[in-house]
Amino acid sequence: MWRTLYEKIWDKHTVVEEQNKPSILYIDLHLVHEVTSPQAFEGLRIKNRKVRRPDLTVAAMDHSIPTTDRSLPFNDPIAKKQVDALVKNCREFGIQLFDLESRYQGIVHVIAPELGLTQPGMTIVCGDSHTSTHGAFGALAFGIGTSEVEHVLATQTLKQFKSKTLALNIHGSLPQGTTAKDLILSIIGKYGHDFATGYVVEYRGEAIRNLTMEERMTVCNMSIEMGARAGLIRPDEKTFHYLKGKQAVPDGVKWEEALAEWKQYFSDEDAKFDLTADFNAAEVIPQVTWGTNPGQCSGISEDIPLLEDLPADQIGPAKKALKYMDLQPGTPITEIEINKVFIGSCTNSRIEDLRKAAKIVNGYEVAEKVEALVVPGSQLVKMQAEAEGLDQIFINAGFQWREAGCSMCLGMNEDIVLPEERCASTSNRNFEDRQGRNARTHLVSPEMAAAAAIAGRFIDVREWPVKNSKEVSVQ
Amino acid sequence: MKSFKRFSGIVAPLDAANVDTDAIIPKQFLKRIERTGFGEFLFYEWRYENGRQRQDFILSQEPYCKAPILLARKNFGCGSSREHAPWAIAEYGIRVILAPSFADIFYNNCFKNGILPIVLPERDIELLFQKSRESPGYQLRVDLENQRIEDSFGCMVEFDIVSYRKDQLLRGLDEIGATLESAELIDSYEVAHKIFYKLEI
Ligand code: SF4
Repeated sequence: MWRTLYEKIWDKHTVVEEQNKPSILYIDLHLVHEVTSPQAFEGLRIKNRKVRRPDLTVAAMDHSIPTTDRSLPFNDPIAKKQVDALVKNCREFGIQLFDLESRYQGIVHVIAPELGLTQPGMTIVCGDSHTSTHGAFGALAFGIGTSEVEHVLATQTLKQFKSKTLALNIHGSLPQGTTAKDLILSIIGKYGHDFATGYVVEYRGEAIRNLTMEERMTVCNMSIEMGARAGLIRPDEKTFHYLKGKQAVPDGVKWEEALAEWKQYFSDEDAKFDLTADFNAAEVIPQVTWGTNPGQCSGISEDIPLLEDLPADQIGPAKKALKYMDLQPGTPITEIEINKVFIGSCTNSRIEDLRKAAKIVNGYEVAEKVEALVVPGSQLVKMQAEAEGLDQIFINAGFQWREAGCSMCLGMNEDIVLPEERCASTSNRNFEDRQGRNARTHLVSPEMAAAAAIAGRFIDVREWPVKNSKEVSVQ
Repeated sequence: MKSFKRFSGIVAPLDAANVDTDAIIPKQFLKRIERTGFGEFLFYEWRYENGRQRQDFILSQEPYCKAPILLARKNFGCGSSREHAPWAIAEYGIRVILAPSFADIFYNNCFKNGILPIVLPERDIELLFQKSRESPGYQLRVDLENQRIEDSFGCMVEFDIVSYRKDQLLRGLDEIGATLESAELIDSYEVAHKIFYKLEI
């Protein structure tokens, strides 16, 4: 029988399969953070249950922590309580924790790949919807609720119904000056915010093969923004090369053994998908969202659509979104002025993202009315960026250079967008009030965010005059 | 978890598509480490402005403020995986949500918290919106056992639900307990299963 990549991982991990019931699926790696775990640990305690495999569980602090000077006490006593609960729970149940002092601290979806914990063919879960990020390695990775977090802690398994499969064939290659972020926003823009609900999406085709691992993570990260259960990309030489030598990856004979195993994870040529869709990467232009879901986006050289040009079922939501965003249909995207810029989040806070943004910023200054933040996804990313001098490029231009965390992506700490402020953000969600009450979020790539910080409005990075590029080590 | 059989009450029509979990329970309320205390903050930004109830939101209006049934548009519960969303909904007193589609994680989370999410075709949802507009205080009776909803005007709609999910609500299953009954199978699975990462870093 021909099988898809998803089915191969599924089959490999089913412990029990019964008709009309969810299967018991084994979980290889469980990532835990401070916001969605306390009630799960409490549940274990009440029932006197243990964590079955603390050695397959890793915790990090990321969502509600400050990104300012870590030697200072927390300003927010409730966030402190949450972080303390995580420390206590990890100690009590024997779970490894990357706390604020750890050199490996960061956003869970940034640290697991960079440490090499994320590997092909694995099942990975976390009480966070952007767990889909790890699918870039050909791992089946998805977000779960807190009751399921408790279930995984207690049993190292999950009860799951099988998802349907969707092959998304992406033809052609991305044009110069466009990014993985523009690609995924364009896809969601074309197919809609709930297009893949109930499906596991496999991204295929030339454009995907050409992406770097970090770019693939950006794409898979946003799978959930079209409703998908998970996103997957077939592991290849790039994947193996990325993993080789990482802290958690074996070497020697075990590496060879792992590699042989990983190479089995691909969809057979004749495997059947429940649904197939096509997309032409060659037509992608830099994207900017103008609405309150990621599918409401336009190209930088376009206008906010006129309501009459939209499909009937999108007119109502677009009207509502534009009211919230205080924008008019027909406005050119390049006329939208911004006053906040956030470069960060599990979508775009890896070292390549920072290098690309720094290349744009180098030699320029942030526009006077703009407050701009760079929040690296992890301490390792931060250290690497500092070693390359990227921090200085940002600081010289007037950006704030912060400690690692989720930060303004969801504004659970002090990093928020104020009411009616307009933010160019490299994060993944532009929902109402997401970055702060009445905050107006425009999702963009790191390059577009960097250029917007300097111009004070959205501007086409494809025409950006890069300065002194020799001084920036862009690799 | 409370078990669930029959339910009747007022339907609150929330005429919005893509209602996300950030809207259901905003992030500033996610710092609690308990499972309770979220109900009063349900739809906080939509219900309140400067600490005062906004009259333009359905749950602020009589007779909908105590409605146990919520009617909404497609892709309800999209976005963040936070189970705080169903916690808030259940604690507020809403036990049934009717929509043309739900986001995956939210849908799953509902069953763990005694909430019944019912998927109905767009035209049925449209009809229910129409009826609740025409007769303010419109009520429905939801019968999970027989998988149908009806009003007092003789309108009856049947709905689909996977039998496992139905049982989950009817019997209030302890899923973890049930899985732990398969502990030996998990043990033997683990013996043969290979994991290649090492956590000692
Ligand atoms: S960066 Fe944003 S999307 Fe990613 S895990 Fe943190 S809060 Fe969630």
